[in-house]
This record gives sequence, C-alpha cells and structure tokens, in this order.
Amino acid sequence: MSDNRSFKPVIVGFLCNWCSYRAADLAGTSRVGYPATLRDIRIMCTGRLDPTFVLRALQRGADGVLIMGCHPGQCHYQEGNYKAIRRVALLKRMLKQFGIDERRVQLHWASAAQGVLFTETVSKMTQELQALGPLDWPHNWPNEDPYVYTLPKTKQEAAHEQQT
Amino acid sequence: MDDRRVGVYVCHCGHNIAGTVDVEQVAEWAQRLPYVAVARHFQFMCASTGQELIEEDVRELGLTHVVVASCSPLMHEKTFRNACQRAGLNPFLFAMANIREHASWVHPNDRDGATAKAKALISAAVSRVLRQNELEPIRVNIHPATLIVGGGIAGIQAALEIADAGHHVYLVEREPSIGGHMAMFDKTFPTLDCAACILTPKMFDVGTHPNVTLLTYSEVENVEGFVGNFQIRVRQKARRVIEDLCTGCGTCWEKCPIKVIDEVFEAGLGYRKAIYRPFPQSVPKYPVIDVENCTYFRTGKCRMCEKSCPAGAIDFDMEDRIIEFEVGNIILATGYKLFDCRRIPQYGYGRLPNVYTSLEFERLTNAAGPTGGKVTLRDGETEPKSVAIIHCVGSRDRNYNRYCSAICCMSSLKFAHLVKEKTGAEVYNFYIDMRPIAKEYEEFYHRILEEGTHFIRGRVAEITDAAHTAEEEGKTIVVAEDTLLGRQRRIPVDMVILAAGLEPQADAAEIGRMFGVGCGTAGFFTERHPKLDPVATMTEGVYIAGACQGPKDIPDTVAQGAAAAARVLGVISQREVTLEPIRASIDESRCSGCRICNALCPYNAIEYLEAEGVSRVNAAMCKGCGTCVAACPSHVITGAHFTFEQVMAEIDGIMVDVYSESPTAPLAEIMA
Repeated sequence: MSDNRSFKPVIVGFLCNWCSYRAADLAGTSRVGYPATLRDIRIMCTGRLDPTFVLRALQRGADGVLIMGCHPGQCHYQEGNYKAIRRVALLKRMLKQFGIDERRVQLHWASAAQGVLFTETVSKMTQELQALGPLDWPHNWPNEDPYVYTLPKTKQEAAHEQQT
Repeated sequence: MDDRRVGVYVCHCGHNIAGTVDVEQVAEWAQRLPYVAVARHFQFMCASTGQELIEEDVRELGLTHVVVASCSPLMHEKTFRNACQRAGLNPFLFAMANIREHASWVHPNDRDGATAKAKALISAAVSRVLRQNELEPIRVNIHPATLIVGGGIAGIQAALEIADAGHHVYLVEREPSIGGHMAMFDKTFPTLDCAACILTPKMFDVGTHPNVTLLTYSEVENVEGFVGNFQIRVRQKARRVIEDLCTGCGTCWEKCPIKVIDEVFEAGLGYRKAIYRPFPQSVPKYPVIDVENCTYFRTGKCRMCEKSCPAGAIDFDMEDRIIEFEVGNIILATGYKLFDCRRIPQYGYGRLPNVYTSLEFERLTNAAGPTGGKVTLRDGETEPKSVAIIHCVGSRDRNYNRYCSAICCMSSLKFAHLVKEKTGAEVYNFYIDMRPIAKEYEEFYHRILEEGTHFIRGRVAEITDAAHTAEEEGKTIVVAEDTLLGRQRRIPVDMVILAAGLEPQADAAEIGRMFGVGCGTAGFFTERHPKLDPVATMTEGVYIAGACQGPKDIPDTVAQGAAAAARVLGVISQREVTLEPIRASIDESRCSGCRICNALCPYNAIEYLEAEGVSRVNAAMCKGCGTCVAACPSHVITGAHFTFEQVMAEIDGIMVDVYSESPTAPLAEIMA
C-alpha cells in the first residue's frame, strides 16, 4: 500500500435527508473542516438507496462511496436504515467478487446533531482511500460493453454530442 | 422539440461562499453546461433582489428550469421554489446546490477543492433538474375531530384547549380514571400548591365537557388512514358497572370483601378493593371490577357488590366494547414510566425496608394517601429522624440511562422540604449536579438550602444495613464519596428516598409503530425537529406532548399539551392540508404483482389489488421514503422527485469532471 497523500480520492456520498445531510449542514454551520473529497447527493432515506446507484458512481470514476443515514432505531421512516444495512451487505458481497476492497463502499450513521462525527467519517474514509489508491473503474469497463447502463439520452443531448 | 432552458444562479452569500469558492469562475463554467441558457453570480440570492433576478429571467429568457447554488436546501429551498412559482414556473422544476454548508464553510483552506466541489454539485443539480417533472401538492380534507391518547395532564390540557375552541375530542385513557401521574402527587414544585387542587377542576371539566368523549379503561387497537382522515378503533374494557345507572355512591366498594394491594395508584403502599375507583376524585366517577381478584369471577360466589348496589348498576356479564370513529388529527400524550429501582441492587430497594421510590414517597406524603399524609417508616408508625434523598437514580448513569430525567432535582428539593415540614428530620440530599433550571427553581433551591438541608455532592455507591459502628446499628447507611471534601462518607439514616428517573412507557415502541412515530435511542417519541418543531412528528397529523417526548416537568408538559392543541387547531381551521408530493407510485401496467413492496412499506401504504393482481400506493399514506422504489425488481415504482433517472443523472452530473474521457457521458466535453 502506498502512502499517497497527494492523491485526492473522489467519494460520492448518499446522505439521508433527515440525519446525515443535516449532520453535514451542521458541520458547515459550525465550520468544522474536512477534505474536499466528498460529493454528496441527498436522498430522502437510506432505504431509497438503490444498489445500482453505488455501482453507477463507481463506474463513473468514484474511488469510494459513502452512504450515511440515521442511527439504527432513529430512522425518520422508522426502518429504512435497516433495509440499507441489508442491501449494502449484499452489495458488498457482490463487489468483493469483482475484486473491490470493501473499504471503498461504507455505510455509516450520523444523527442531525453529529456534525463532528460526520467530518471524522469523511476524513477517515479519505485516508483509507488514499492508502488504497485510485480505483479507476471506468478504464476497466470497455465502453462497448452492453451491460454498462447508460441513461436514455434526450434528443438534444444526442444533438449536442454530434455538434462537438 | 426540446426547448429546455436552465438558469443557474451562484450566490456569493456575502463573503460566506465567495470568500472560498471562486464564484465568478464557477458561473462562467456553468454557462457552458448543456441547456444552460444563463448562469449568473449574485451577492445575495435569497434577498428580494436575488429572487427578482430569477423571476425576471424566467419571464424574459423563458427559463424552464432553475438551479440556485447557495446554502442548504433545508434553509432556502422554499424561498426559491416560491420565487419560481411567482414567475409562473412549477416549483418542482427547481434544484439547489449546497455550496455553502457543504463546500465553502467546510473547506476554507482549500480554494481549488471547494471550487471544484461547487462545480460538481452544480453540474449534478443541472443534470438532475433537467429530468425533474412538474408536481402538484396533494390536498386532503381535514376531519374536525381529534384523538388524544393518554389522560394525564398533557392530554387533559390538549383536550380542553381543543374542546373549548369548539371541536370534538376523543380522549382515550388506559386506566379507569384520567389524571395520570400528577393525580398521585401531593405538592408541586416550586410553588408547593397542591396537585389535586389544580388538577381535579381540569379533570372535572374534561369529564363534563360537551365536546369531549371520554373513553377511560380503553386502549386504541388500530389506526388506519392519514392526516385529516384517520379511522380509529378503540377497545373499551368491560367495567362491569353500567355507567348510565351508577351514581358513584361507593356502597359497592365498601361492601366488597376483597382487599388488593394497589400497585398502580398507591405505588404498592395501600390497598384497594376488587371493585374500585383509583382515587376519590376519579373522573369518571364509576368504579371497575378487577376480574382477576374478584371472588365472583374466581369462585362463582359472592356478588356482594351486586346485592348492595342501590342503582342495580353491576353487570357481571358486560363485555369489552369496540368503538370506531374518525378523526383528522392525533395527539399522543402517553407519559412516562418510573425507572425500576430494583435494577440497581446496591441501592437495596425491595430488600431494605426503608428505601422508598420517589413515587412511594409522593403517596406517603399525600393527605389522601395510605398514611393520611403522615411520613412514616414501613411499620406505619415511626417517624424518621433522618432522611437521605438520592438524586439521579437510573439517570445520568451509563449503566442505565445516559440522559438527565429533568425533574428529579426539583422533586428531591420538594421532598426535602416536605420531610422537614412534616417530621423535622435531618435531610441529606446526594446529588451529582444541581439543575434547577426553570423560572423560580433556583430560588426554591436556595430556600431549601436555607432550611438547613445537607447537600452532599457525590454519586451514592451503596445503601446498606451492615453497620460498622454502634451508631449505625439499626439504621440504613448511605455510602458515598463526597467529591467536594474528597473523602468517603457513611451517613446512617432512618429512611432513604430514591429519586427515580423517567423512562418511556414499556410499550412506547409498539404505540409508536401503530401511529407511525419513531422512538429515539432512549425510547422516547421522536419529534419532527428538536428545536423548531418539538410537538409534531414525522407522520403528518400525529403530534406528541408531555413526557412521552422526553422527561419534563408539569409546566413544560402543560405547555406542550397546549402547543400540540394549537397545531391541531391550526390544521382544523385550514379545512384542508397540502402534502409534499414526494410520493411513490406504481406503473400498474408493468407491475408483476410480486408483492415485495407490500411488506417493505413502514406505513402500510401499499395495498395489493387481488382482482387486478397488482399493487397500488395510497398517495396520502405514503411518506415518500422510497424504500419500495429501491426494492422493486421490475423497476416500475417511481419515487416522485427522487426517481431512478433523476438520481442517476445526479450521479453522472456530480462525476462529470472525473468521467470526462468517456464519449458516452453527456456532459463530458464541456469540462475540457
């Protein structure tokens, strides 16, 4: 493992609207810094996390995916985070078979009051990914691979592509 | 013809964003994203001038979608949605990129990193907003009646507020009488006015109010529906006393030959009969027959109550009654349960005779209690000459409950005063910290200090009857480290009162599930927002009040009861309520009827239509969590505003700079 401090990993985050997104907001309002490695997407609940979201992020070049929800027992939709636990566990089993280190996909909890915990989680994951190095998955996927899912393109998008 | 035109607005937020993020460069860059017709940066987007900028552009440039990159959507999403609406744009064609809380404020020393992140977040928002659809808020009518669960002081206060405003209330109470814990108390802090004197008039009002249907000895069995239209089923346990005939004269319980230890109202210190009402001021005044202990139900003989009743109101064959009704709103005021002091064996409760719980002491000192208000030891005669009061029993203790139970400091001070007043005994209060935090509480603390109560700062290690010296012989000895003196102390006393903590009701989680209310780590009901929305819950139309939300004293409980009532009245007076249209819906033509989603829904909002062989979402019951959307193996459930396409587009957008080498990425080239 290389100690590659200059490598800036890209982490795609899926944060639930009620706890972890608010924890991230709180980190902001209390000015607690963390590395600019996380790019977060708000979903209403970690129960909404379709495992294909994670695959998509990795396929688009993310070095890691961080999923954060409410603490077990505190889900604002009662039990969505429990469903996330199960889905992520299955997903990780599959990713292992792809040869992806399990530290690249992490599921954590932060309540709306745990801004500091949120930043610590991001910092820790960043360090872990720095040690692991880049994933660079897109290059491992031939573009003509029929199993790569691409979004249906709108007409204008297709036109735009042709123009350039 | 695709004529989508996006407007992107990058906010400086004064220096808050612009100080770290290169907003000019970001706006210039955003201008080159596909479909972006205009990208501007502006000092304060949330100011009226900023909002007008959006409105003008929508009108003049014909924008079809709007993205604002500024603060958290939890802060200003509504503001900008309204601006879009004023300009004639559906508010759901708007997206927000959080470049303040999630970028500038958290990466202050990394200008490049923060700027790159801002670009990624904006690109994600643009990519997403292009796939957002027009949505209309859902409107439902409000049934004007309200269900209140729990007849303690919180439920009573809420019931009176709503009933006085002219709306109907169903008040459901599990015990035979309303009144809750407050009815058991003698005095209330800090004014020391008598609990019964201030509570019983309110109880009477509830009992006689024309707008209140009082259902005591009853429990809610089932709740269906959603805000405005809940269907409630209540089981009223058989009193075996006909309420229409009973006058509450009391002949039946005088004649009843069976004495039972009253574990509920008298905290195990006194007796009641097998036919009883909990206390003289009970509302309603009708007794109930305790079937488990009644001789007639055990042996088939006796019937003393029936023979003695002058009104012929006893009906041994009475059965449970099922009552069904509709309400528009629900208030949960289910209260608390006292910490079981037996869980701390070294405190000797249940083993050492003169160790009492706070509730036992409340009954002991109550003029209507088992000793007539005389403070005595377990023998019922001897007055204690020294009393120790232990604070924080089961609270602020990582072995039991980490939280502070909020009321114990003040009730312990009250006990100290009552002991002194009634017996003149020496009183020792063992505390960790004194927390008399509300109005006139600190003054009360000083009054108790001046009365000569001894305060010892330290958690009690042990309460024992093993004497070390002759002086300790026959006494109950409290062992604690006095952290102010820095040494161990052993204080022999006659009586120990444990100020037990407050815990959630044993069935709080079950009740929460029935009403769609979550419980926090401690087990109390979770409010919608801990500061700004303390009585609402995540389920629309369900409110919480009092100690079921967390430990609190009577003034706070009453305030919450009234607050919940005010919220309910607000909803009732709107006649209809609008709901966020973030809901799931099923494409029935493609649904395979596998029913995987049915069991996953935490709100039972998905029903299976047998005839059609497909599932359907009840939009008003759906809360939009999206767990069914993620689980549908056929991908035919759509989560409005968080569709598969929208989230996927957001991922693509957020990774646009990383994925730039692939020709399939729609936004890729622009990043060059």
